[in-house]
Amino acid sequence: MAKIKGTIEVDIQKCKGCAVCVSVCPTKVIELGAKVNDKGYNYVVMLNEDDCIGCAGCAMVCPDSVITVYKKKFE
Amino acid sequence: MMKVEKISENMVYQKPRLITNNTMHYCPGCSHGTVHKIVAELIDEMGLEDNAVAVSPVGCSVLAYNYIDIDWVQAAHGRAPAIATALKRLMPDRLVFTYQGDGDLAAIGTAETIHSLVRGENIVIIFINNAIYGMTGGQMAPTTLIGQKTATTPYGRDTALNGFPYKMGEIAAMMPGVTYVTRQSVDKPAAVRAAKKAIKKAFENSIGCKGTSFVEIVATCNSGWKLSPVASNDWMRENMFPEYPLGDLKNNG
Repeated sequence: MAKIKGTIEVDIQKCKGCAVCVSVCPTKVIELGAKVNDKGYNYVVMLNEDDCIGCAGCAMVCPDSVITVYKKKFE
Repeated sequence: MMKVEKISENMVYQKPRLITNNTMHYCPGCSHGTVHKIVAELIDEMGLEDNAVAVSPVGCSVLAYNYIDIDWVQAAHGRAPAIATALKRLMPDRLVFTYQGDGDLAAIGTAETIHSLVRGENIVIIFINNAIYGMTGGQMAPTTLIGQKTATTPYGRDTALNGFPYKMGEIAAMMPGVTYVTRQSVDKPAAVRAAKKAIKKAFENSIGCKGTSFVEIVATCNSGWKLSPVASNDWMRENMFPEYPLGDLKNNG
């Protein structure tokens, strides 16, 4: 069965840790990590890459455009 | 295990090309960034990079010219529609739009706004309505909700003392020269898509010289509202949407 999977890349230094992306993720694969960036913000990290469907919802609502989304269909 | 390689063939969403690499000065979770992104995406998709002139206001988005890589003019407080009028009349083939907040558009710039709408100038007005003066520290704006606490209404907006909030969208819709009035938000992916569609329509109206288009974005100001970004989105859905209902108010395009 074909399965669509996704993953994201976060521009860590630009993330301000607002967590708006976390609140809209339909599969709950992202959350604010324990580590902070140079500005002191807890940036967003992926919890479980396997559950990401690459919907790009997180990237769409990100005010600082720090998320890049990749998606691939596996046969 | 199946792994998605981070290569360009698999990429489905990235930072719009016209958003510069400058770190935005906006507070974490501010709606401005999301609206900037929609505008940048649209200008790129519509191929208007060399053909668009925007007018930035006074307010938090005064520095918008640092973030979207197109031509900008920075107007005096509230005067953006007047500058846009001149730009569009001198260069009728350009896309001319203003990007204003509620303090700029609905308070100090009321005269310019109303008269641009009355004249039906072929410009687009993007109005970010977050019901507060964000930049100066969260004072009451004309669009502040009844009972809403701000720095200058610490016990909540009292109608006997502070009057009532007014709805620019409805006022714009009354004017015969105005083609398109819509109210959108950017709190969810679906809302972002709808807002993008609305701004696209407004841009097409400006290019086609079909009259004024007025796009109101109901937005958050988490610093001014003293809430977290996620909580302010919830507060906006609960309190702002009943007062400022989303959807098209006028569509003659």
